[in-house]
Amino acid sequence: MGVLLDRFDVFAGGLWLTLQLCLLSATGALLLGTVVAALRISPVPPLRAVGTAYVTLFRNLPLTVVMFFAAFGLPALGSNADFLRIPGLDVVFDRLGTDLPYFRFAVIALTLYTASFVGEAIRAGVNAVPAGQAEAARSLGLTFAQNLRSVVLPQAGKAAVVPLGQAIIAMIKNSALAGFFGVVGDLSSVADQLTSVEGEPFLPVAVGISAGYLLMTVPVGLFLDRLEQRRAVLR
Amino acid sequence: MYVKKFTSALVITALGLLGAACGDAAGGATPKVDAAAFPAGSTMQRLAKAGKITVGTKFDQPGFGLKGLDGKPAGFDVEIAKIIAGELGIPADKIEWLETPSKVREDYLEQHKVDLIAATYTINDKRKQRVDFAGPYYTAGQTIMVGKADTSITGPDSFRDGTKKVCSATGSVNGEKIKEYLKDAASQLVLFDTYDKCRDALKSGQVDAVTTDNVILLGFIAKDQNAFKLAGDVFTSEPYGIGVNKGDNAFRAFVNDVLEKTYKDGRWQRAWQATAGKYDTAPVTPPTLNRY
Amino acid sequence: MSVLFEVPGPRARRLTRIGSGVAAVAVAAAAYLLVYRPLADKGQFSPAMWGPLVDPSNESFALVWQRIGLGAANTLLAAALAIAGSLVGGTLLAVLRVQLRAAQSRRFAGLAAPVALLLRVLSRVLAAITRACVEVFRGLPVVITIFLAARGLPELGVSFELDLWYVVIGLTVYNMVVLAEILRSGMENLSRGQGEAAAALGLGTAQTTWTILLPQSYRIMLPALIGQLVVVLKDTSLGFIISYEETMVIAKQIIGNLGNPIQVYVVVGAGFVAVNHLLSALARHVQRRLAERPGR
Repeated sequence: MGVLLDRFDVFAGGLWLTLQLCLLSATGALLLGTVVAALRISPVPPLRAVGTAYVTLFRNLPLTVVMFFAAFGLPALGSNADFLRIPGLDVVFDRLGTDLPYFRFAVIALTLYTASFVGEAIRAGVNAVPAGQAEAARSLGLTFAQNLRSVVLPQAGKAAVVPLGQAIIAMIKNSALAGFFGVVGDLSSVADQLTSVEGEPFLPVAVGISAGYLLMTVPVGLFLDRLEQRRAVLR
Repeated sequence: MYVKKFTSALVITALGLLGAACGDAAGGATPKVDAAAFPAGSTMQRLAKAGKITVGTKFDQPGFGLKGLDGKPAGFDVEIAKIIAGELGIPADKIEWLETPSKVREDYLEQHKVDLIAATYTINDKRKQRVDFAGPYYTAGQTIMVGKADTSITGPDSFRDGTKKVCSATGSVNGEKIKEYLKDAASQLVLFDTYDKCRDALKSGQVDAVTTDNVILLGFIAKDQNAFKLAGDVFTSEPYGIGVNKGDNAFRAFVNDVLEKTYKDGRWQRAWQATAGKYDTAPVTPPTLNRY
Repeated sequence: MSVLFEVPGPRARRLTRIGSGVAAVAVAAAAYLLVYRPLADKGQFSPAMWGPLVDPSNESFALVWQRIGLGAANTLLAAALAIAGSLVGGTLLAVLRVQLRAAQSRRFAGLAAPVALLLRVLSRVLAAITRACVEVFRGLPVVITIFLAARGLPELGVSFELDLWYVVIGLTVYNMVVLAEILRSGMENLSRGQGEAAAALGLGTAQTTWTILLPQSYRIMLPALIGQLVVVLKDTSLGFIISYEETMVIAKQIIGNLGNPIQVYVVVGAGFVAVNHLLSALARHVQRRLAERPGR
């Protein structure tokens, strides 16, 4: 177990990098997911079609393929994802501003992939709002946008929280793939590095890596469980 | 009833003789090897008696071990392994090939999942703690590949100023070595699981260089005529060896003997020219064996 | 139509049509400038790149598709084994957790006091342990569970011939836990009347669980279960970290030989989308059929 203490900085660095990746992707996915959900329920048929196409594509593709296209397809199109080099952010998230684009590509891939699940979660929330609410709003003369903003979305939030949380937990776990697509130093590549290249014993490294991921996913999961229990009582 | 038994016995013997004759014809170049010629209880006798062998090699290194579209690996490592198997009387189609990426080579030998490993396996003291090496059968060197028009990178020291980006493979010795020349690995080093991806990254300008053994880079240059070139000289020495089980000195001596034979009778040269020699046209001489 | 908006009138429809037309032209122009031209400039549309995948007269076509077929077969095999394993494991785990939950509140009145105490403590401890295991395996990425299986099991002395088994074990362990949670929440959300009626009939807890609660839970959760099928199928692509020859690894080999990564991944991606979409459509169909059944 000595390697856990000796190489603690490597584990901590890996955890911090993965955390950065997850925070950025979660923000992006929540924003993009809301847009996707809006597309899916919009009154304009072509917009609905776009939303449905997006969700069908990204829910059925394995994340490996999405990451590949982000890491190799975007450069083939001539892009370095420089639009993500936001001046203020790269103070905290230092990998965003470097010349190496692979962290930014990973963020893009993870955001696109998770946004489809977030969009579906929000749509499930909207569908869970009793129909009478929307009908009453319409009979009062509210437009579609007013209806959404004042009546449906606030109530949808309650029902959408659990699937949203599950999507975020899945995203945290999916971030492990970034280590295989050019992001050096995140938690999963630390596991590979320490056991294969440096020959450290396997069990302590496994414990360290697992602890890192559980540190991120279990609190979110417990929080979700408690929310679900409280809602059950209210029901 | 006795007539039936007799005829069936006759038929079986005839078929057996026919089969043996056919087997001989198909065996072709495999020398006739008598399992009893090997010391009793040795690995050589076990393999010769079994008539098959499991070899670990790479499936993604052009020139050394690359699985072709027909599902069979091909390359210099593959040819050397076939020669060694042939000396045990095992024909090429009875070899079972397992993919041994860099990180599993020691594990597979220790678990006896493979009988020997020919997979661009660099000999070093740390690995000698877990496995034994016969050979070396080729000496490669780590070097750097850059875009054809790039003149700013002349060797590993070009990375010390922190502005150039380099790509290598996860878990490889090359990736570790180049770290010594980097100012800041986090912003300069990219690791992928195959060198193909590094080559693509170099082509599209995401990185400035790819670093690995010179022969692999020559394979890429050969395929993409005007895109790449080598920068500077080799800065390490990577002797490739045949990995065998730790402590199996008899088998190691046998493999060394076979390698020495191939150096003398030209089979080594022919194997090289048929595979990696197509990319690396410089004349090569077999390295001196290290029988420790 | 949706509850949220009125059926569009003639003016709205006209505006929508005009807007869609303009948008379609803009998107087509953007696609041409931003996607087609850069790719074509780099020769990504040449027959050398696409030929082996789409042109039957190309020399490598038959070989490439044979390899892809092999990869697809291996993917389906791993997925099928993992699903079977996780169904069995998940069911047992769900039943175990429900039993332990029920056992926690039993008083064991008929037995001697120390034995009753021991059993109560034991049931709490076991419930906590299973809860911990479930949380751990639900919280780990599948990449890591496969990695742990492939590197950890041999260290413990359990070594398999085929890499297939490491992938299957990694997938099963993760999905078993997810399925168990789905089934368990299904069982607990059944109306209390079911459990009470069973108790009134004199059925023990084990019998109730196996004959009454579990089958209904399966019926209700069937769409979610099929959804997990899609997840398992996608997760088999993670076998690439240990060289199991499933679709993504085969893609890597083909690319190593032909040098056309984008084209190969487009084909592989299309294949995955098609298969997974079919599975999801199956899930929705099953859900509709179940909802229509008379007497529900």
